[in-house]
Amino acid sequence: MILPYFIIIPLLAAFLITLIAGKKDQWAIALSIIAVLSLLVLSIYAFAGMQGETVTYEMSARPVPIGIVLVQDALSSFMLMMVSIISLTSLLFSVQYIRHLSVDWKYYALFMLLVTGMNGVIATGDLFNLFVFMEIALFSAFALVAYGGRAEEFEASFKYAVMGAASSIIILIGIGVTYSATSTLTMAKIAEELMYTDSRITLWIGGLFMAGFGLKAASMPFHAWLPDAHSSAPAPISTMLSGVLIKALGIYALMRIFFNMLNAPEIYINVFLILGTISILVGVFLAIGQWDFKRLLAYHSISQIGYILLGMGIATPLGILGAVFHLFNHAIFKGLLFYNAGSVEYGLGTRNLQEMGNLSKVMPVTSQTSMIASLSISGIPPFNGFFSKLIIIIAAIQAGLPWFAFFAVVGSILTLASFMKVQKYGFRGETIVQELKNKIGWRMNTAMIILAVLCIATSVFIIPGIREVTLDPVVDVIMQKANYTQMFTGR
Amino acid sequence: MCFALFLVGIYGLLTKRDLIKLILSISILGYAANLFLILFAYKGNATYAILRENNLDKVMVDPLPQALVLTSIVIELGTTALLAALAVKLFQKYNTFDITKIRRLSG
Repeated sequence: MILPYFIIIPLLAAFLITLIAGKKDQWAIALSIIAVLSLLVLSIYAFAGMQGETVTYEMSARPVPIGIVLVQDALSSFMLMMVSIISLTSLLFSVQYIRHLSVDWKYYALFMLLVTGMNGVIATGDLFNLFVFMEIALFSAFALVAYGGRAEEFEASFKYAVMGAASSIIILIGIGVTYSATSTLTMAKIAEELMYTDSRITLWIGGLFMAGFGLKAASMPFHAWLPDAHSSAPAPISTMLSGVLIKALGIYALMRIFFNMLNAPEIYINVFLILGTISILVGVFLAIGQWDFKRLLAYHSISQIGYILLGMGIATPLGILGAVFHLFNHAIFKGLLFYNAGSVEYGLGTRNLQEMGNLSKVMPVTSQTSMIASLSISGIPPFNGFFSKLIIIIAAIQAGLPWFAFFAVVGSILTLASFMKVQKYGFRGETIVQELKNKIGWRMNTAMIILAVLCIATSVFIIPGIREVTLDPVVDVIMQKANYTQMFTGR
Repeated sequence: MCFALFLVGIYGLLTKRDLIKLILSISILGYAANLFLILFAYKGNATYAILRENNLDKVMVDPLPQALVLTSIVIELGTTALLAALAVKLFQKYNTFDITKIRRLSG
């Protein structure tokens, strides 16, 4: 039973950090890195050790519909692995970057709480528990966005906090409606109960959850907070927010609720399709016009979330495969791009692309890895972004939706165009930069190199044979709702 | 009643320009949600959900939503405190509570 440790370890680490850290941050760094490393080992062990079965853990040993339950299946262990990888590299990157802002243990304590919240959202099988863990993650995210202490950061954080609080309340009302319709909060039991109730109830619940979690995932009509929050936060936190937070809180919860709980109602699948396509196009159009590097990346997050939603909306096994794979890939290459932006900001003190120049001399690692990440996000083979976008486009054509496939291709080409701009002005410009304000340390470089290697390495997930053990179980979990229900009714 | 509260909250959130009024609107939205949950638990002629000798045979209201509301009130307390702290910091930086003047981030 390793499942509760995904919540216990980071929570304990956050607690211990506040207790023993004192004025210096060495202990905080050591503790948080140990915690995240053990989480990574545990999650890889969990993902590799289970062959598609579902493990449940009953908290405080009460039987299922009464007590709160933690659920571990392929989807949740896949997400846990993603969170662990990104948070480990993010911590490595933080050590130097945050010292530049201030020497402080509070950052690490908040960071651990953020990881706790996300792991809790992923692991839980109870609707209200999901809400509570979501709030834990959101609170620490608000505080971390404002961490730098400049006026813009408080402004972005306030905007994010208002939007986040409003969406949480919508989700709470959704939970209330669900409870009144089914008299239970365990998600699998809800799925079972909803089969016998009026289908109009499903519409209500779906609408409320779509608005709430759609806001968390920053799909198009609800995207206004994302560019501010993601571009104002410190770079490692931008990576956490853009790489995993919007996915754990938004996309993962949407997948669980709409596919496992509500059995993929037709109307909302179409909403996914349309929102996804709008997000792809509008996000990328807004991104092209940006000169602030991190803001450009934040708009691209909206566009890439659009691809994931599109894959979910296609709702064939191939479409879901594309969505899950793109989820993982986006975490990696967008994380890498935010590290690049962070190290450029750290080295040059600017985020404006026009003020950068040819950086390949002074920051070889940054400029090389940014090249890899740019190629990956715009879908150039053999990097991972190519395969997942290809799968989504093929799935759209197979499902008889050629127009959506066409829009996805257009979005991909525009992405390439905007990253050509980044490379042209930002990293391979005409003026050659000779010296840096701050030197990029080995820890920042290591974090970037790890993700750059993963950019290429995760392409092997798609090779037949490896795919059967990595991605297919995840798709099965999403597509076969019956299994999710049976784990409770079966005994 | 709680729908009206919800509408008041949404209205305040969309139209007000003052940071403090925005925070109040968020709180009103939260009250609406809590009242909504309590309403689901209500049954006519039911007693409070505590087992005692004199009400063993009576119908009880559903205690679970009340527990949920307790949790969500605590969470809202946290939200309000955080928002207020941010508003204080924003006031220190900009010397105003008017959100139309706090616009250093655009587009």
